[in-house]
Amino acid sequence: MSARPLDSLFAEGPKVLNLGLEKFAASLAREGAPVAHVEWKPPAGGDVRAIAALDRIASRARVDVDAANAESVRRILAAKPTVVGIGVAKDVVPGMHRKLVLHAGPPVAWKDMSGPMRGAVMGGLIHEGLAKTPAEAEALAASGEIEFDSCHHHDSVGPMAGVMTASMPVWIVENKAFGNRAYCTLNEGLGKVLRYGAYGDEVQERLSWMRDSLAPILAEALKMRGPIDMTTVIAQVLQMGDEGHNRNRAGTSTIIRELAPHLVMVDAPKSEISKALAFLNANDHFFLNLTMPSAKCAVDAAAGIEGSTVITTMARNGTEFGIRLSGLPGRWFTGPASVVEGLYLPGFTAADAARDIGDSVITETSGIGGFAMAAAPAIVKFVGGSPADAIDVTLRMYEITLAESEQYRIPALDFRGTPTGIDARKVVETGILPAINTGIAHKEPGVGMVGAGLVKPPENVFRDAVIAFAERYA
Amino acid sequence: MKRILVRKDAYYDSVFLMLATRELEGTEGVDGAVVAMGTPMNLELLTGLGYGSAEGGGALASAGPGDLVVAVDCADAAAAEKAIALAIDLVTKKKGPAAQAGQAYPRAASTAGALKLLPEANLAIVSVPGAYAAREARLALERGLHVMVFSDNVSLEDEIALKTLAASKGLLLMGPDCGTAIIGGKPLCFANVVARGPVGIVAASGTGLQEVSCLVDRAGVGVSQAIGCGGRDLKNAKVGGMTSLLAIEGLERDPETKVLLVVSKPPAPETAAKVVAALERGGKPAVAHFLGLKDRPADRDPVYHAASLEEAAALAAAFAKNGADAAARMAAAAAVRARLDAEAAQGVGELAGREAARLAPGQKFLRGLYAGGTVADEALFIADAALGQVRSNNQTDPSLVLADPRISEGHTIVDLGDDAFTVGKPHPMIDPSQRNARIVEEGKDPSTAVLLLDVVLGYGSHDDPAGASLEAIAGARAAAAARGGYLPVVASVIGTGADPQGYGAQVAKLEAAGVVVMPSNRRAALLAVEIAKAAARGSSAKGGAR
Repeated sequence: MSARPLDSLFAEGPKVLNLGLEKFAASLAREGAPVAHVEWKPPAGGDVRAIAALDRIASRARVDVDAANAESVRRILAAKPTVVGIGVAKDVVPGMHRKLVLHAGPPVAWKDMSGPMRGAVMGGLIHEGLAKTPAEAEALAASGEIEFDSCHHHDSVGPMAGVMTASMPVWIVENKAFGNRAYCTLNEGLGKVLRYGAYGDEVQERLSWMRDSLAPILAEALKMRGPIDMTTVIAQVLQMGDEGHNRNRAGTSTIIRELAPHLVMVDAPKSEISKALAFLNANDHFFLNLTMPSAKCAVDAAAGIEGSTVITTMARNGTEFGIRLSGLPGRWFTGPASVVEGLYLPGFTAADAARDIGDSVITETSGIGGFAMAAAPAIVKFVGGSPADAIDVTLRMYEITLAESEQYRIPALDFRGTPTGIDARKVVETGILPAINTGIAHKEPGVGMVGAGLVKPPENVFRDAVIAFAERYA
Repeated sequence: MKRILVRKDAYYDSVFLMLATRELEGTEGVDGAVVAMGTPMNLELLTGLGYGSAEGGGALASAGPGDLVVAVDCADAAAAEKAIALAIDLVTKKKGPAAQAGQAYPRAASTAGALKLLPEANLAIVSVPGAYAAREARLALERGLHVMVFSDNVSLEDEIALKTLAASKGLLLMGPDCGTAIIGGKPLCFANVVARGPVGIVAASGTGLQEVSCLVDRAGVGVSQAIGCGGRDLKNAKVGGMTSLLAIEGLERDPETKVLLVVSKPPAPETAAKVVAALERGGKPAVAHFLGLKDRPADRDPVYHAASLEEAAALAAAFAKNGADAAARMAAAAAVRARLDAEAAQGVGELAGREAARLAPGQKFLRGLYAGGTVADEALFIADAALGQVRSNNQTDPSLVLADPRISEGHTIVDLGDDAFTVGKPHPMIDPSQRNARIVEEGKDPSTAVLLLDVVLGYGSHDDPAGASLEAIAGARAAAAARGGYLPVVASVIGTGADPQGYGAQVAKLEAAGVVVMPSNRRAALLAVEIAKAAARGSSAKGGAR
């Protein structure tokens, strides 16, 4: 460009961004002018307070928001999540104790918990031996004697109800680039499982077996194998048809391959090793509980950057959906958890569905899951049915993110990096909400999974966060 | 029965919605329909129409500006269901050139996203609802883009703030309410496809710019750039011509531009002085035309003042061909003016006489029905000067403002692009149906002596404005014939041969229907005035004979 922008405009002719009437873009294209059309919608859905907040941040922020965001994004991209071991929650999870029950999503009181969450809490209390019967567990939970807290306040994440109690085995994932760790329970499989609010004998037996047999076997195999670099594994599985959240078949297969040579060397009865392998094989989602703490320790490294609008947490507790911004550490912005739009397992309908629940949306927060939908043609039925729909989902996510992953790449997009680093400002400005894949729990405790689909987070959480950010910084 | 459907987060542009509303209203079994975004204004309107208590009306309470609202009033539930389905179909289905060209350009859901797809972008066209236009324009300026604000309803304060910001960055802020521009030979929004050439235009009016650019083209010359400044740029002293002055300076530097042409309604006096000073300072031959200005300033080479859009275009074209020095320009100007006077007189009386001869007694009044605001103004000035007492919704004399712009009184020239006609309805340049209805109405009026029309071509305008009006014109003429009279119809076509509709084809359609097509709006107005005068003479003569 020359010193005078008008001279270059006259000399070069118009290269146009068209906001509004599409007819104008079509005419220009017909006349051979370069043009890109913006499918314009009112910013922030027309919410004047949110628009004013965006404008204030843009015009008079006391910090360099772009620089702060660049640092947040740099940290997310530089993360080196590595599986370093399996421990017991009370030994490794910060602040864990016998009467503490961690749960998914933003903090929620017992009285406000949804059906599946309550069921999982009851199951957890029984598992800890703090209650013998469901009735006892319910009474104890309501008594005030039990402390409840968000997994996120303890460097942890949990799928669906996300209940973690003191004696549960947990994956330990360390971000080798920044030294922080994240923890997650081991995945229990499908059907009647604790994370979907089931708490009966079947669940208790499985949890005990996982604690007493599966976890020690896996821990020993992992010790022999050595730390697993999760960035590499996730990068691979994205090229094998997983998106890192709703489809975990490639990931689970890969982790079995990684561990198998060592599993057979573990000093345990062959029958138990075989049972462990059969359990892994039968549970496509086993890998999810590794992806989640990997994502968690990656975005945690980007939390607390002064002046950053990058979203470092998204989580649901079945009652509320909540987010946290890097530049507003410790503050949750919450809204009502939505009903998931999805496909249902035979015999179930939307009427059976619980509201949106779980920390697994940490995967989207880190730039995979729904954001990498284009990588997973096998599950496109969740987003409209065709691979083109899945590609659209991912392409839209580039509109609300700040960077593209250097590690995680999508074959169908010519190996373009996944959209990474969600900027709350962009979400509010464009009205494009993060695309979140999720499973659907039955609304009654103990029934389990009824379907899977896409969830639309409540828009107010992003607007509220941006308004609060403007109050703090502009 | 009334029924409401609210679709969350489904934004559509108002033009799209208005066309859908019209289509629904014309559907059998539908007594009323509104397809609109859930803006506070629209929600109030719907509540006022009694939709609050309609089936599904409860959803109105939670609807927002990003939500689509379909309201239908139908004979029964089945019709309502069908109408709603049709509405959804109409707004979601993309059709016409936009859809066909859908693959011709990339699309994104946000400006930032689009900028990634076209990082070399240098201009943003903003045609979003007025309440948001200023913000989008500001964001675009902050990104270093020139901006054309097509949207209207942008406040004066916002306009001043935007133009101040633009000026500080050396960027062009065209508009607001700027319908037309040509940059680097490319027509923007409602522009015509005009040959490239040495004439640089700065215009504070949409159809004024279209008329002069098309006349320059027809004179065998072309246009380098045509900058639309928005109606207030020169007229409002607080805006002070910020865009016009920047554009003039740019055109003075632009090597392709040899002649400048400035068209505006009368500027604020101090702004006019600044514009003329800028033209004099620049030194390139320049022509200015301030519409409706009673006392035309004297020429002072290299700046010439034209009395009409036609003269302005003709002078600019003449200077482009032969304007090497002051002597050549003075000679060319004199020749142009002599020619225009001769052409205006030549044959007009005869033509007017021939058309007027068939009028019935009582046919006395000129009725001008315009889609273009500036050309309506030009016709109004010409008719008012010649006939006097011409009523219009654009009249500056309050005593001559139409009491109801929908009803003609005496000699009338009506601007159908006025807000009175376009709230909730498409502009007559896009959708001629309102004007067609008015043409039929004028035909029913036994006092109508002549119809005067503009037919505006170019991108953005209706695909076939002449063809779309033929049925109405034929109807009006048939009504006059049935009364034993005759209805002359005079029109001018604003367009070029390269326009999508084709100037020649449009003229041919009109002429085949018996319309007298004149080569400029000015001359169409002059002819219509002559017919009205002849009608008056004829009426009095015939009346006298009785």
